[in-house]
Amino acid sequence: MLAFLFKRIFVVVPTLVGVSLVAFALIRLIPGDPVLLLIGERGASPEVYQEMKAAYGLDQPLPVQYGRFMLGAATGDLGKSIHSGRGVMEEFQDRFPATLELGLVALMFAILFGLPMGIIAAVKRNSIFDYSFMSVSLIGYSMPIFWWGLILILFFSVQLGWTPVSGRIDIAYDIPTWSGFLLVDVWRAGEGWPAFVSAFQHLILPAIALGTIPLAAIARMTRSSMLEVLGEDYMRTARAKGVSRLGVIVVHGLRNALVPVITVIGLLAGQIVTGAVLTETIFSWPGIGRWLVASVTARDYPVVQGGILLIASSVILINVGVDLAYAWANPKMRMQ
Amino acid sequence: MTSSSSVGSNFTSQSLSDVVVEAIDVPSAWREFWESLRANRGALLGLAVVLAFVVIALLAPWLAPYDPSQVHEGAFKLPPVWQDGGQWAYVLGTDDVGRDLLSRLIHGARISMGVGFMVVIFSMSIGVAIGLLAGYAGGWVDALIMRLTDVMLSLPSILLAIVVVTVLGQSLANAIVAVGVLVVPNFIRLVRASVLAERNKQYVIASRSLGSSHWRQAVVNILPNCMAPVIVQATLGFSDGILNVAALGFLGLGAKPPTAEWGTMLSDGRAYIESASWLVTLPGLCILIVVLGFNLLGDGLRDALDPRLKR
Repeated sequence: MLAFLFKRIFVVVPTLVGVSLVAFALIRLIPGDPVLLLIGERGASPEVYQEMKAAYGLDQPLPVQYGRFMLGAATGDLGKSIHSGRGVMEEFQDRFPATLELGLVALMFAILFGLPMGIIAAVKRNSIFDYSFMSVSLIGYSMPIFWWGLILILFFSVQLGWTPVSGRIDIAYDIPTWSGFLLVDVWRAGEGWPAFVSAFQHLILPAIALGTIPLAAIARMTRSSMLEVLGEDYMRTARAKGVSRLGVIVVHGLRNALVPVITVIGLLAGQIVTGAVLTETIFSWPGIGRWLVASVTARDYPVVQGGILLIASSVILINVGVDLAYAWANPKMRMQ
Repeated sequence: MTSSSSVGSNFTSQSLSDVVVEAIDVPSAWREFWESLRANRGALLGLAVVLAFVVIALLAPWLAPYDPSQVHEGAFKLPPVWQDGGQWAYVLGTDDVGRDLLSRLIHGARISMGVGFMVVIFSMSIGVAIGLLAGYAGGWVDALIMRLTDVMLSLPSILLAIVVVTVLGQSLANAIVAVGVLVVPNFIRLVRASVLAERNKQYVIASRSLGSSHWRQAVVNILPNCMAPVIVQATLGFSDGILNVAALGFLGLGAKPPTAEWGTMLSDGRAYIESASWLVTLPGLCILIVVLGFNLLGDGLRDALDPRLKR
């Protein structure tokens, strides 16, 4: 297990270095002088210009700049935002919990509905359930989520008036940050049910929009994996021993069918971050997706550079975590 | 008597020869593929949708009732015919500056199909070449290319596209390049995996012992046998391309506003979601239907081309 762990981490290092190189290079390819952008073009004297350039280390040769960027990154210092003047790391930490909360709830939604849909579709193969669930998941898989989010707003917020259109909680509440998860922090702030309901109402539509593609992927994977397992000899043996149909499906079938599904769920992490960029833009959700889009448009270079590195690293780390969990659950994997 | 027996023997010999012909008439790869695709109702539906949109895209100027950027005075935000106040002159209604929505959607099909096509051509030509190199060369070349695809796959796709568009400047062409770059790793991995499976097969070894050059081995012998998954991926690449370019358009990083691109139209219509919801629902529906069509077709092609999944 330990050997597997080291081998897996060993592969991650070059990937992380590659990501940092891409982030570093892309930012320097963007046309326009970041220093001019910083001091504004209104009559900066050449001396001030040089001074600023030196202050940001931009007068150094590129390898030196990259070395400094990496040294900083290793100590958690990713520079300061041009826009707000705050540290990139600090801004990331402020916004990451909001994206994480949204992503986790979206994933819960996807698993809660996708898993049973896949199981029922496989067990009742070629039935009306199979056809309708698979049609739904095919549509979900093809869904442009930026449109889906708007349709949800149109139906639930505009027509029915059930949910608010944007933000994380009603502005009447002032919840101090503790975990960063509003669904948790409202209890700690002693606001109780009304605040929790408000936070939940704000969260539910973005979570559905973000969870739709994962739901479809999970349902499809569960169905095909379950179909494979249902044909196994041990399933027939278990039935012959007198285990009930439901018992066989849940105890013998599901446990084995879940292995590939867990892998898919892990791979969905990257998909969810991508989806978060669009979902957060539609629902004005104050997470890292919207933050980065805004920074790109505002040409806030340090934020884009650091943000890409942080997001890619989290996706990579989540994937490693999934691999390790998988290896722990399935000893066959460790041998490869 | 003689004649009847000769008729009889004639009949027998004919049916016998029929049987023989049937026995040696092994269905060609194409026919087998088509039979398998035809049995899949979803794939046929997908094919029909895709062909319909290809026709719409090709004939857009003749099918559209108006020019997509023509402004109709006094016809602002007219609803579609099935809603109160809709007019038959503008079947799907008009937008906030009085342009006919149906005409814009039809021309949008032209843009989206073109975008999908270019994304696939761009990413497929680069991806297949690099994948072939990685699989055939092996060693450090392979390792380097694989690490690079790892890096690209670990960056959230839309984010990478956003940055690439920022570097290159906002335009539809740059959005296509940005999205094409995203799809490249998929092709690299697929082709590499197929090449690895093929390169040690008997026919390749035989050809090597006859003195084939590396070029001939890789391009003439191995590559054609790796194309089945590439065709499937190309179909799915169409839907990826259309979806992601529309997403960039929605974020204001794709086609510039007067262009009738579905994602850009959706983004413009967002401001009127309460007063003119058709400006949001209809362009998105077009994206969904096209993407669904390509995905259905891609699933069907995979089933038809992958013998392991055959029923």
